[in-house]
Amino acid sequence: MWTLYKKEIRSFLGSLIAYIVMGVYLVLTGLFLWFVDGNNVFDLGIASLQVMFDIAPYILIFLVSAVTMRSISDEKRLGTLEILTTKPITDTAIILSKFFASLTLILFALLLTSVYAYTISQLANPIGNVDMGSMLGSYLGLLLLAACYTAIGLFSSSITDNQIVALLTSMVISFFFYAVLSMLGDVSWLDSIGRSLAWFGLEFHYDSISRGVVDTRDIVFFGGFTAIFLGCTQLVFESRKW
Amino acid sequence: MSIQVIQLTKTYGKQQAVDHIDFHVATGEIVGFLGPNGAGKSTTMKMITGFIPPSSGGGSVCGIDMVENSLEVRKIVGYLPENNPLYPEMYIKEYLTFMAGLSGVSDVKKAVTDAIALTRLGPEQHKKIGQLSKGYRQRVGLAQALLHNPKVLILDEPTSGLDPIQVAEMRNVITDLGKEKTVMLSTHIMQEVEAMCERVIMINKGKIVANETLTSLKERHKGSLEDIFKQLTHHVDLI
Repeated sequence: MWTLYKKEIRSFLGSLIAYIVMGVYLVLTGLFLWFVDGNNVFDLGIASLQVMFDIAPYILIFLVSAVTMRSISDEKRLGTLEILTTKPITDTAIILSKFFASLTLILFALLLTSVYAYTISQLANPIGNVDMGSMLGSYLGLLLLAACYTAIGLFSSSITDNQIVALLTSMVISFFFYAVLSMLGDVSWLDSIGRSLAWFGLEFHYDSISRGVVDTRDIVFFGGFTAIFLGCTQLVFESRKW
Repeated sequence: MSIQVIQLTKTYGKQQAVDHIDFHVATGEIVGFLGPNGAGKSTTMKMITGFIPPSSGGGSVCGIDMVENSLEVRKIVGYLPENNPLYPEMYIKEYLTFMAGLSGVSDVKKAVTDAIALTRLGPEQHKKIGQLSKGYRQRVGLAQALLHNPKVLILDEPTSGLDPIQVAEMRNVITDLGKEKTVMLSTHIMQEVEAMCERVIMINKGKIVANETLTSLKERHKGSLEDIFKQLTHHVDLI
């Protein structure tokens, strides 16, 4: 499992994907945080990364899908999946290695923005006067959200041997679970049904963790969500056996 | 007995790709697995190597059940799939090191060096796989199958798409390997079988139509192996 994990990481580093993902993430969040007119840090006058945490889930939908689109579809296209699955390693181990490799890459992209966190704390008055609970909660929320997106991405990558199809499928599913479900919660005529649907959306739980209150229910939700999509990926893997 | 297959069956929908076949391969044998395209050769090999499970029936490799204990079987089997899939962007050594790790080899470095030597990849070993000629790629595929020093080698069309010189070289390598290992190779090239194999298992439409040594097969049917093949697979000449 460790071997496959290392190979995945190496292939990210070798194919520029790693640098592009980290660069794009840093630049986009930076733009929204510091430069885009209207609600950047200076306009709001509040020493908080809230702007970044609001926009990051949408940027991640795109980036995580781009990171995961190749991981299984390319093995299918090349036929190397047959080699992998005839080595003494279980399907579960293959999927988990790929999952953790992609998630590691995203984690590094997230950690890079700690530069912004430091800057913000220096800008605060007095220095260091930031809501640490909310900030750490938001980072944890982003990581858990990225885990869900990664699981969705792997699933999308497993159902096709075409990277572009995998990318689009992953983006659509991720957007649905993050944004569409929570929008349904705001539709007035759906009333309580809408609110229940919103509960199944990722945004509901992300918002909840972002406030800095780490509720086990949210953690369990993210964990379960990830597990369900990884399970679906495993099912697709096993469909060759039917 | 290295490979033992009993009533092995694979059904895709209504089509019987492999239809209740029985055969065995003794330790140290080189057996040719012959048949027209679509006869079920690859499917049989995929079942032995654990890529797909059989619909019914089963078998064992070196006494280990291939359905119940697939992971253990994979440790002692080296497999070269049809079309030899590889990662073009990886370096040869990088790829072999990765594969050795996956196969659970303890001394990875030695395993890679040995496999490179066995398949005579030496002069090209620092290249990327994508830059290699077809013949060398095939050797990388074979090297991958040899890394964990398997007792049994399963090679699905190891010489397809190679030029005559490469074919001859590949044959030498396989014949050498056959001195220590049990080899089962599939092909539809008759000369191949005559050059390498002691015994032939012929399969057509999922059923075994011949399973005997080359000499007895020729005695019984007269004529060249190619004629026998056509006869047994009910091939109708168009000319």
